[in-house]
Amino acid sequence: MNETQPLVKVENLTKHFPVMRGIIVQRKVGAVRAVDGISFTIERGETLGLVGESGCGKTTAGRTLLGLYPATAGVVTIDSHNVRSAKGREMLAIRRMAQMIFQDPYASLNPRWTVHSIVSEPLRVHHLYKTEAERVERVQELMGLVGLSGRLINRFPHEFSGGQRQRIGVARALASDPKFIVCDEPISALDVSIQAQVVNLLEDLQDRLGLTYLFIAHDLSMVRHICDRVAVMYLGVMAEMADHNELYEHPLHPYTTALLSAVPVPDPKKDRARRRIILAGDVPSPINPPSGCRFHPRCPLADEQCSREVPQWRLAAPSHWVACHKV
Amino acid sequence: MTSLLDVKDLKTRFLTPEGTVYAVNGISFHVDEGETLAVVGESGCGKSVSMLSVLQLILVPPGEIAGGVVLYRGQDLLKKSEREMEAIRGQEIAMIFQDPMTSLNPVLTIGKQITESLRVHMGMDQKSANKRAVELLEMVGISDPSHRLGDYPHLFSGGMRQRVMIAMALTCNPSLLIADEPTTALDVTIQAQIIELVIRIRQQVGMAVIWITHDLGVVAGIADRVMVMYAGFIVEEANVNALYENPRHPYTSSLLEALPRVDRRRDRRLKSIPGAPPSLLVEPHGCPFAVRCEFVIERCRTENPFLTAVGENHHNIACWVDIKTGAQR
Repeated sequence: MNETQPLVKVENLTKHFPVMRGIIVQRKVGAVRAVDGISFTIERGETLGLVGESGCGKTTAGRTLLGLYPATAGVVTIDSHNVRSAKGREMLAIRRMAQMIFQDPYASLNPRWTVHSIVSEPLRVHHLYKTEAERVERVQELMGLVGLSGRLINRFPHEFSGGQRQRIGVARALASDPKFIVCDEPISALDVSIQAQVVNLLEDLQDRLGLTYLFIAHDLSMVRHICDRVAVMYLGVMAEMADHNELYEHPLHPYTTALLSAVPVPDPKKDRARRRIILAGDVPSPINPPSGCRFHPRCPLADEQCSREVPQWRLAAPSHWVACHKV
Repeated sequence: MTSLLDVKDLKTRFLTPEGTVYAVNGISFHVDEGETLAVVGESGCGKSVSMLSVLQLILVPPGEIAGGVVLYRGQDLLKKSEREMEAIRGQEIAMIFQDPMTSLNPVLTIGKQITESLRVHMGMDQKSANKRAVELLEMVGISDPSHRLGDYPHLFSGGMRQRVMIAMALTCNPSLLIADEPTTALDVTIQAQIIELVIRIRQQVGMAVIWITHDLGVVAGIADRVMVMYAGFIVEEANVNALYENPRHPYTSSLLEALPRVDRRRDRRLKSIPGAPPSLLVEPHGCPFAVRCEFVIERCRTENPFLTAVGENHHNIACWVDIKTGAQR
């Protein structure tokens, strides 16, 4: 395996969910175009942020990328394995190497399982340790790694607070020694004082274990803090992608500009002096997205070309990607 | 000048099978005419329960207002009958909630829901109520309002529903609007629309606003004064600039340092506050923040600090230690 190649390569990834009508005889009447042809790479040891508003397809992109949803089209390679064509042993190897941390620490842990059963499940699935004693030792090691006392190994999820539950979710994701973790809104269900704990933990683990993250979130302030590069999605397509400081300081796409200007700043004088670009209306339906550039009905710069032609996903500056006719 | 709302030593508890939940533990605050007070805190800090108690919207039992005085224009609301409260809710004090999906009735049209309170509280007939409803919807930025009166809530997006909720809250020209996390369920671009709308309407109508939120960014943009709550207590209260420039309670200052900034380059690790908020099932004694506090002294564990002035302009904190100098009170 070539260590200089990006760990994750995504080309033209597409995921459509069929819209069915009829009770007995069902027929397809349309498709929710949740992810509609996105391309990016993630380097080894890097954190790529994927941001956008609800319904923009960021979670679907993360799940399709790992093969949790079968993709409609496109190519995903993780560490030279083709996720879409992988079967059997190869799929198992991908699952071992690429893991996921979920948004809701209340819903993503089985309430009837102890921490030991939850965290050791990947060990059992992948036959990583021969004896129960070895598994217990590994689970305790993982609990230590995420800052939980190994004495709590036989407790149930309801005995833990939200932040601690998310630590259990992180321990489970780390159990199979992955290289790549998709973090799907890992902190948005947590209180502010707990968010910082989990973010610092994820950063420490990345340093110690050399992990690569895809960090899906809608909190743009936290994304700037934790990510090396950031990609912005709108209605199933990529709008812009760049190094984090470049994107926040010199956004090119009008959607990125508006999105960033809408984020409140915890500083009254600065916040009130900020120029907000208030976008009119709501995000349209992904079942019947607008023609041309999907952002054109809300875009302050849109003209006739924008409603007709789909803008190309192209490099506008070194490692700064954008899809807009006006850049 | 007398305050519009003056709350003294309000205590709210819930008697549950697991034990008594000490939700609000003797808080005192006031709201002046036309001012915007932000109430900030994390989940379970009592910010919503205290405002629901003001309106007596707490379900009794299991809830119980265990003490206190809630003076609205000089009258104690806690002594009012349910019928008298019904007249005050909506006409004098209106409330909007976090989730615009569940606070509208899905089987009634928007028009029906807005005109209901106009007919009940203002005694209007259906025709003039409809006319007023159209004006209100126009005011909150819903296009083609006369046609949309006949639509059901599911035809509106989240942001639009919150606009409808605001229109409903404004029907009787309230003097005080209590907004309980009105933008938390919304995306950031829609949140910006709603905040702009509330600021504009507040100026037009001249009402006071209590804005409950956990988002210190939102507070910075809208509040005149801020009250920080923790485990059912007010720990700091100050005007908005003083709070952000010079936070004096260890909880507030740690919270501000735990926030990343969208307008700044990353310059450090985030400061995290160890541990988690205390269980509300234990009767509080001592400072509720003591176990997580880096400035803790012996006295904090046994004696709860009362809210006291530490600076000009009514900057109040509940802490035994001055975090700038380390001096003890």
